[in-house]
Amino acid sequence: MMSAKHISLIGVNHKSTPLEVREKISLIGGYEDALARLRKYRLPEYYLLSTCNRVELIWVSDDPGETTSDMLGFLFGDTVEPEHWDGYSYVFHDGNAVNHLFRVSSSLDSLVVGEAQILGQIKEAYRYASRHGCTGPLLNKLLHKSFSVAKRVRSETGIGSAAVSISSAAVELARKIFGSLAGKKVLLIGAGEMAELAAEHLLGQGVESICVANRTLSRAVDLAARFKGGACSLEELKSQMETVDIIISSTGASGLIIQSGEVRPLMRIRRNRPLFFIDIAVPRDLDPALNEIENVFLYDIDDLSQVVEMNRSEREKEAVKAGRIVDEETLKFVKWQEGLTVTPTITALRRKADRICSQEIERTLAKMELSAADRKKIEFLARSITAKMLHDPMQFLKSDSCRKGEDAKIDMVRTVFGLENDDETN
Amino acid sequence: MDRQMLLNEINYLLFVAVLAVTFLSCAAYVVFFVTQRNQLRKTARMLLLVSWCLQSGYILSRYLSIGHTPITTYHEAVFFFAWAATSAYLSFRWRYTVKNFGTFVSLLIFALLIVSALTSRQVIPLEPALRSWWLPVHAGISLIAYGFLGLAFCGALMYLLQERELKSRKLGYFFTRLPSLDSLDQLNSHCLAVGFSFLTVGMIAGILWSKQAWGTYWRWNVKEVCSLLIWFIYLVQIHQRFTVGWRGRRAALMIVAGFAVVLVTLWVVLT
Repeated sequence: MMSAKHISLIGVNHKSTPLEVREKISLIGGYEDALARLRKYRLPEYYLLSTCNRVELIWVSDDPGETTSDMLGFLFGDTVEPEHWDGYSYVFHDGNAVNHLFRVSSSLDSLVVGEAQILGQIKEAYRYASRHGCTGPLLNKLLHKSFSVAKRVRSETGIGSAAVSISSAAVELARKIFGSLAGKKVLLIGAGEMAELAAEHLLGQGVESICVANRTLSRAVDLAARFKGGACSLEELKSQMETVDIIISSTGASGLIIQSGEVRPLMRIRRNRPLFFIDIAVPRDLDPALNEIENVFLYDIDDLSQVVEMNRSEREKEAVKAGRIVDEETLKFVKWQEGLTVTPTITALRRKADRICSQEIERTLAKMELSAADRKKIEFLARSITAKMLHDPMQFLKSDSCRKGEDAKIDMVRTVFGLENDDETN
Repeated sequence: MDRQMLLNEINYLLFVAVLAVTFLSCAAYVVFFVTQRNQLRKTARMLLLVSWCLQSGYILSRYLSIGHTPITTYHEAVFFFAWAATSAYLSFRWRYTVKNFGTFVSLLIFALLIVSALTSRQVIPLEPALRSWWLPVHAGISLIAYGFLGLAFCGALMYLLQERELKSRKLGYFFTRLPSLDSLDQLNSHCLAVGFSFLTVGMIAGILWSKQAWGTYWRWNVKEVCSLLIWFIYLVQIHQRFTVGWRGRRAALMIVAGFAVVLVTLWVVLT
């Protein structure tokens, strides 16, 4: 038997809806405004998520059919004709809604599967909803569960571990060469968007300093100011290479700017400390023969793309594993929700009391030598104590306020008597 | 005589237990390497600790049974070698961790134990000239040095595997499973420094013992020449590391070569 309350979810995302439509729907006024507008629908519980890739609405109601059209109306407003609503959005109820939320929080539904941002966004959206009193026992539990599911997926699968962008691949490689990046120095030769991105990424990983070398010194100085680093001219490259650890090159030069013959003698001065060259220029800036020098590692744009491509396919494999975890957790949640009605709670409570009673009787009687009549008396004593103890909680559960589906009260009884854990261990 | 039989019995049982537990630990480490499930690593480490205790027990029981430190026959020396490698690893593990190092080390330990299992466990009475407290000092310390050099060997193998993946730019199986080149290199430096120190002390002890037992410090026999060769191989490596910052692939290859000579020497000296 399902609880009288139903969980429903509608939403639009990057797969279902083109950007032009998503742009219009996304919450311009922020969460506060939107949550205030939702209030007038008088739903028991609701929650709203809006990111650049998706807008999703979860709510609890007695009648999912009726409220769904209301919510679609709220979501699309006047921006889209009602006949297109179905085509652009997805609607899920109960178990499917739970499953979808878990998939989203575990980043299985993201544009880049496995990216970690979405969990933070859900947490933020939940903070708004709970601060405005929009969520109740059901959605509180559901959202907290979605956080722990995401955490479980992250720790049990490799879904978020591999780098899937050029700059994060560069960071991953650097970490495999240098271990910690703290205290390492980066030299940026030439300025391009991708090189800057990689440099920023490395800076985020704790490299000590970034030095920028450029043909026009003024451009180098500008860029260096952004990274709080120094600037140097192309003529100084050689002396720079004696001290830096990572070199990212992306000049527009037509020929090679660093030859392997120049670097080989430097390695002795560097006391063989490893040197990591990243060449993201097309045509290439760095001599491919650099890779043959010991303790020198050279990756060009194609090599990095290959790493990214490989990681992507690895992620897809992990996504299957993650999907299984999400399904499993969905089942657990649905089971919990089903328990949130009076009858199963009463049964579970009685079963637990019986079990404890029988265990204790057995343990006590095993140590005693008693006649059959005395045994009966002791058993009777134990059973009547438990029955009396349970009388009031049972009355409370059977009272009208619980019958009406006050999930919070039932949940409280279940928590106080620890029925949740029992169900799982049995 | 009864006591002797009992000791022999315990001795045998301990040896079987060591083999079994080490095998399980090694298997757990290998499965952990493939699946990367953390629970397995904890199990494997616990098993290795149990194995170490059993190994210590075996050495102790054999000591009680034969009356001197059991490092004279090939079986005994290789077993002591395995014990030294286990001790070295556990002492390291206690200070810092290197990802998946345990898998490689446990394979080495298990391989050494297998070799000791394949050789005769028979007790060979010690020559009277060798009965001296110099025996445990010289042989024990040298074997402990070998234990650390064995760790360096494992670290060097890991370094070579990881370096090959990075250089070939085809990141495959080992890339994610092996630690960074830098941490492996540091590990090698560390093991090399500790191993070389023990090796030197062991050598000096051997020289002094030779004077006491044979009346001369150095006799230029096969064993002594081999030991000197090993000492020089490692001396060169340490020297190069400190002076020109020798590291990377060539340094790792040298460690592997040095360890190969150690194994050959052990074979030559003890058979």
